[in-house]
Amino acid sequence: MSGNKLKISEVLITRGIQFSGFSSILFVLMILYFLIAQGLPALTEVPLGELFNTRWYPIEEYYGILPLILGSLVVTLGASLVAIPLGVLTAIYIAEIAPSWAKEILKPLVELLAGLPSVVLGFLGILVLSPFLRDTFHLPTGLTALTGSLLLGMIAIPTIVSISEDALNNVPEIYRHGSLALGATRWQTIWGVTVPAARSGILTAIMLGVGRTIGETMTVMMVTGNAPVMPDSLRVLFMPIRTMTATIASEMGEVASGSPHYHVLFFIAVVLFLFTLIVNIVASNISSKQMKRSERILS
Amino acid sequence: MVNLALYWAEQYQQEHAEVSISVTGGGSGTGITAMISNTVDIANASRAIKPEEREQALANGVDPVEHVVARDAIAVIINPENPIQKLTLQQVSDIYSGRINNWKELGGDYCPIVRLSRETNSGTHVYFLESVIRLGNKKDETLFSMDTLLLPSSEGIIAEVRDNPNAIGYDGLGYVTPEVKVVALARDASSGYIMPSVETVNQNLYPVARDLYMYTNGQPQGLIAEYLAWIHSSAGQQIVEDLGFVPVD
Repeated sequence: MSGNKLKISEVLITRGIQFSGFSSILFVLMILYFLIAQGLPALTEVPLGELFNTRWYPIEEYYGILPLILGSLVVTLGASLVAIPLGVLTAIYIAEIAPSWAKEILKPLVELLAGLPSVVLGFLGILVLSPFLRDTFHLPTGLTALTGSLLLGMIAIPTIVSISEDALNNVPEIYRHGSLALGATRWQTIWGVTVPAARSGILTAIMLGVGRTIGETMTVMMVTGNAPVMPDSLRVLFMPIRTMTATIASEMGEVASGSPHYHVLFFIAVVLFLFTLIVNIVASNISSKQMKRSERILS
Repeated sequence: MVNLALYWAEQYQQEHAEVSISVTGGGSGTGITAMISNTVDIANASRAIKPEEREQALANGVDPVEHVVARDAIAVIINPENPIQKLTLQQVSDIYSGRINNWKELGGDYCPIVRLSRETNSGTHVYFLESVIRLGNKKDETLFSMDTLLLPSSEGIIAEVRDNPNAIGYDGLGYVTPEVKVVALARDASSGYIMPSVETVNQNLYPVARDLYMYTNGQPQGLIAEYLAWIHSSAGQQIVEDLGFVPVD
């Protein structure tokens, strides 16, 4: 009898764990279904030529989403230019160079940066960074793509640092010793041996960091000015811009449900989903390659 | 206006626990349509009922009676360092549509103009588009210049105008703080330039102001009459002022 009971609870627990394991797949599929079901009608309600046009002014039925897509890309690109060098170099410093006391201070501080709510960053952006940039570069306004990029860089840095640092720590100590024994300097060892050995881990870190910036909403909405300007040159970094996330966040609240505007907003969400999906697939491809490499080394 | 209606309802229900008021948003058109089909006791609208809507209502046996419950003035604001003091509506329209791009063209300093607006979902945005940029002309299809900054909050507009000498913005009179400069506006170059204030709005002098209405079916009776009387009382009108609108006298 008690053996039976044990068996039942065993089955229940196994099933429960199994369900939890699959639940995230279920949630993602449900979200995807919902996005597509609400977003696809946009393709029939708005002619394709108008949807992929350059003017976004939905209350007068201008549904051109190109400036929004490019706006998101510009801000993300700018954030990458800030976050990748700073993040990777910070990781190298923490993992390879810093004395242990500096490590103990730096690591929690980077994690603290990760915990900063994005609305707080946006607030600092409006009050400090935006006036500073306006005065320094003599811009018409400080609410620009650059302001958003710098703040989003701050959001991406913790992800890049902690994953890169893990990758660097996973490089076997023998590599470093071997390199140093051959007469390489410390810098030559880092640049020629340790970093290349951790390359795929660092690339994964970069992709995940970039993935975070594409989806970030609150900060960009507060500091980029939200003007749906069509980017035409690199000059656009110093001009206001409107991202996909900010558009959805500021317009979804008031839109009449079931209207073309509503469906177009969901269509933008689908596009955004595709962007993050691509970034995540690239990131996981890189990390699976790393797995194969380490398997090769072990064998 | 839905904020005002909600706030009134909340406050009134706190004072009169036996009354229950439910408020729904959706825009003036939604409210008036509901009045025509006689599904509501009170329709809130930030525009007057159109003649064809009144006819539809009468055909349906509903007699819409208009009550002005508050007024709303939009102030055009610039940075205190900007030497501009006054503008005509046509000039404001030209600024926001992108025809005027430098303060020099208006007699100010040689500085680019940075246009600020509330997001498109704000009623103020739509009112400003129709009454100022298009100067009330229904056939006009002028839009906000594409590089107009759309800020999610009134505070964002005030902060940018306060800090940026190039900026121009607009906002409900009640949101304006002393750190920004309010511009006097004129309907056209020949009429006088008027500063927005409770007095100039109530005397119909300030050009960018509108009435906010409540419509009832016939003269209000019983509870509805009491509610409207309370809205017109000093307690009700205090809420109007607190939310940044202009009280009616």
